Amino acid sequence: MKQIISVLTENRAGVLSRIAGMFSRRGYNIDSLAVGETEDSSISRFTIVTDADEEMLEQILKQLNKMIDTIKVRSLTNEPATIRELLLIKVSADDSNRGVIMDLAATAGAVVVDVSPQTLTLQLCSTPEKTENLRLLCVKYGIKEIVRTGITAMQKGSDVLHK
Amino acid sequence: MIEAAESIIKSLEIEGVDVVFGYPGAMIMPLYEKLCESKIRHVLMRSETAAGHAASGYARMKGTAGVCFATSGPGAVNLIQPLATAYADSIPIIAFTGQVAVRDIGTDAFQEADITGAAEPFVKYSYLVKDAKDLPHIIKEAFYIAKSGRNGPVLIDLPVDVQRELIEFNYPESIAVRTYKPTVKANMMQIKRIAAALEAAQKPLIIAGGGIFGGGAVNEFRQFIKKAGFPVVTTMMGLGLLPEHDPKSLGMIGLYGKKSANLAVKNADLLCLIGARVGDRAVRAEDFQSHDKTIIHIDVDPAEIGKNIKTDIPLVGECKYILNELTEIITKKCDFIPPKTLPQPKEDFTDFAVFLNPKRLINAISEVCGENTVVAADAGQNQIWAARNFTVKNGRFIVSGGMGTMGYSIPAAIGVSIAEPLREIFVFCGDGSFQMMMGELAVIRNEKLPLKIILMNNSRLGMVYEAQKEINGSFTDLSGGNPDFIKIAEAYGIDSMRISDNDDIKRAVEFLSSGGAKLLECIISEEETTK
Repeated sequence: MKQIISVLTENRAGVLSRIAGMFSRRGYNIDSLAVGETEDSSISRFTIVTDADEEMLEQILKQLNKMIDTIKVRSLTNEPATIRELLLIKVSADDSNRGVIMDLAATAGAVVVDVSPQTLTLQLCSTPEKTENLRLLCVKYGIKEIVRTGITAMQKGSDVLHK
Repeated sequence: MIEAAESIIKSLEIEGVDVVFGYPGAMIMPLYEKLCESKIRHVLMRSETAAGHAASGYARMKGTAGVCFATSGPGAVNLIQPLATAYADSIPIIAFTGQVAVRDIGTDAFQEADITGAAEPFVKYSYLVKDAKDLPHIIKEAFYIAKSGRNGPVLIDLPVDVQRELIEFNYPESIAVRTYKPTVKANMMQIKRIAAALEAAQKPLIIAGGGIFGGGAVNEFRQFIKKAGFPVVTTMMGLGLLPEHDPKSLGMIGLYGKKSANLAVKNADLLCLIGARVGDRAVRAEDFQSHDKTIIHIDVDPAEIGKNIKTDIPLVGECKYILNELTEIITKKCDFIPPKTLPQPKEDFTDFAVFLNPKRLINAISEVCGENTVVAADAGQNQIWAARNFTVKNGRFIVSGGMGTMGYSIPAAIGVSIAEPLREIFVFCGDGSFQMMMGELAVIRNEKLPLKIILMNNSRLGMVYEAQKEINGSFTDLSGGNPDFIKIAEAYGIDSMRISDNDDIKRAVEFLSSGGAKLLECIISEEETTK
């Protein structure tokens, strides 16, 4: 089962490699990992997506908590959360179909961020389902390149991870 | 202003460090310069690996972090094995490594190795110091992390130019790490639940592990058992927590444990694990996972609970605190004692003609040794024979439990002996493990350590040979290249004796009991097994 885990850590060198290393050496996979500075510049926030059953998730949470650099760990899988992913997709496009693809992008909520004579680059920031849907819609035009940020997530409501 | 290297030595002095085990090299010269000027004793080991294990043996006896130094690159990399060994057994070590100058990091400079990266899976925490001003804080924090919560090794990597920087030295008196707050006091409701479950059980059993040593709670544990009367089995790491002649002690569990101890686990209706991490060699899952058992797991590391077995009543906290509370709460004295009358492995001797029986020898040594004798056993057959046949009283059984590191016994025993010079220490090793560390005989002589080394020579890697016989494969043995161990001992100026017959045991025991370092080489049959 897909699990979304938020981790607050010290914002210092080596933390990313420690976390990634823990996942790989204990045999947990990382579907995606996104990290960035928070409202407090000394703290980083990771959003990690992994595939794990309940038992494995418990161990992952414990092992993350055990790491010295970790401030707070929380699974967001079973709570209301805003989940977003940024997708950039470069699609083959020429004069014959550029308009169609731009219509499609607009309908899907994506914006055009770059144009060349042979390609169009679309950007969509949305849920993983919607970014995946856009990718599928673009297949028939010919996808040249895709880049995803991996998802970031934040719990809904006034609740914060760290006071 | 003082040199950062000097500030490190001063910090160590404030932390009460009186010995450093190490091996110098170019990138740690500034630190060595200041070490030599200080009152701290330096024990020059014959490899960095030995230095790490010696720090481990020292830490286990003293109950404080052991300190070791190594230079950059190959020296630092040699520390990985002892760090991994210490990490697996939760032993507090502070390892200082030299590093190339900050500006050279990442250039593949001479003797450069990314040691914080390489050692990452095997340390509780590590630091690469890029600003000398951070040093006092880092060292204070390192000692705190190594020795609190679940103990473990911490690595501090010191670029050579950082060691030479000038800093104001102010050693912090206390430290708070916002991301690291190990649980000390456990949940009182849960402690009461455990007390009630223990009192209600018909056939309760305590499984005691090395965490009780790590938590400095041996006396609290003995008080608890004395008052509450529960029968006790231990893991290999827990040998010595309760004297084995205590009526409540059933000895060691596990793959190589005592039959009666394992049977007691199987038949118990309640198992209470204290500071035991449920290692696969110690615990047979099928004995645990029956539904009629209540499992209580007490550990300072929440990640150990539920990792290898399902737990009914988990409790996170320091065993010292928890044991004191349990001793207070439990009023009823348990009179249940599982049967101890089963034949113990030590009675199943099969002698091979022309050879010495190692089990008889270990029993004979066990019978005459003192109350506080420490045994250091290596990995392999010698370890199993020692664990089964040596009766630990109020001493210790020092062994690499989790990692099963060959070559651990000799350097660890050096650390033990430096920590406690008056202790009687027996070292059991095989001809394989001895050869991994025989260079350390120089340290034994140099430091005048009265270690009694019992070398079980079967010209085989006994454990490997046993396994190879079972799979009927080809054999890997040592017979072609083994040296004359007596001459090796002579070369190092260490008293030695070779025996090859059970009739020699009495003479051998006398030889060992005389003063100074001894090497007893025992010629044993390659057909001796751990079965």
